[in-house]
Amino acid sequence: MLVNQFLVLAAFLFSLGVYGLIVRRNAVMVLLAVELMLNAVNINLIAFESYLRSPQAIGQVFSIFVITVAAAEVGIGLAIVLMIFRNRASANVDDFNLMRY
Amino acid sequence: MGDWLSQPVNWVYALFALMLIYSGIRVVTSQNVIRAALFLVGALGSTAGLFVLLSAEFVALTLVLVYIGAVIVLFLFGIMITRAPLGRDVALDHPSRVVGAGVAIALFGFLSWGSIEAFGAAEVTGVGDATSTEVLGEALLGRFVVPFEVVSFLLLAALIGGITLARKDLSPAEEEAKEAL
Repeated sequence: MLVNQFLVLAAFLFSLGVYGLIVRRNAVMVLLAVELMLNAVNINLIAFESYLRSPQAIGQVFSIFVITVAAAEVGIGLAIVLMIFRNRASANVDDFNLMRY
Repeated sequence: MGDWLSQPVNWVYALFALMLIYSGIRVVTSQNVIRAALFLVGALGSTAGLFVLLSAEFVALTLVLVYIGAVIVLFLFGIMITRAPLGRDVALDHPSRVVGAGVAIALFGFLSWGSIEAFGAAEVTGVGDATSTEVLGEALLGRFVVPFEVVSFLLLAALIGGITLARKDLSPAEEEAKEAL
């Protein structure tokens, strides 16, 4: 197996995440797109680990850190979306203009 | 190309990659919010399969446990609490999809061009010589013990922050009414 077949796949997944981030209107769907991007980064880390073979499996350690931080991010992100939904009765990102002048 | 196809491990790779591409596309294009969340399960499951191919069993299992077990459930809760329309919803996407598609295609072209230039025919070591969980555990609690503790503290902080954000604060009048009961 080539490294490239994994790297190009991860690049494709990351671009899909960027597309979702730009196009989606529902805030929960935007968070789903962010998950896709984090997943692409994990594929990159594991592919490079399998290519370079560090003695302490550093790539896998880092991808475990990424998974943990992603779990924390989803928890906080959904709590914020819930809070805004309570105040604005909408989960549409076009309605989130609280920080405008 | 024929050489590439003669390795059975590449067929397994192609299967997982096609599943990943299909479910990834459906995650960002599906007009139904529940379906989008469930297609993320497919994407993460095929990612776990790719991790097993790259001899990272422990990370694959962590991915299945943490993402498919917990994060997806959280997403489904989020969708239901924000009362997103459960059926087809044509207003889910912004009308100017062309901009998003343009940015995504340009980014994909740039990233894949860079990696093809840099790692032309470099090979990864595949199935067979799996990283033992022992090595990973020793790395996590040896060299990386400080980041490990920082990440666990971050999880605790996120837990407390999530509870504080999602809690409903009662107004003073409601507070009195509650105490009178």
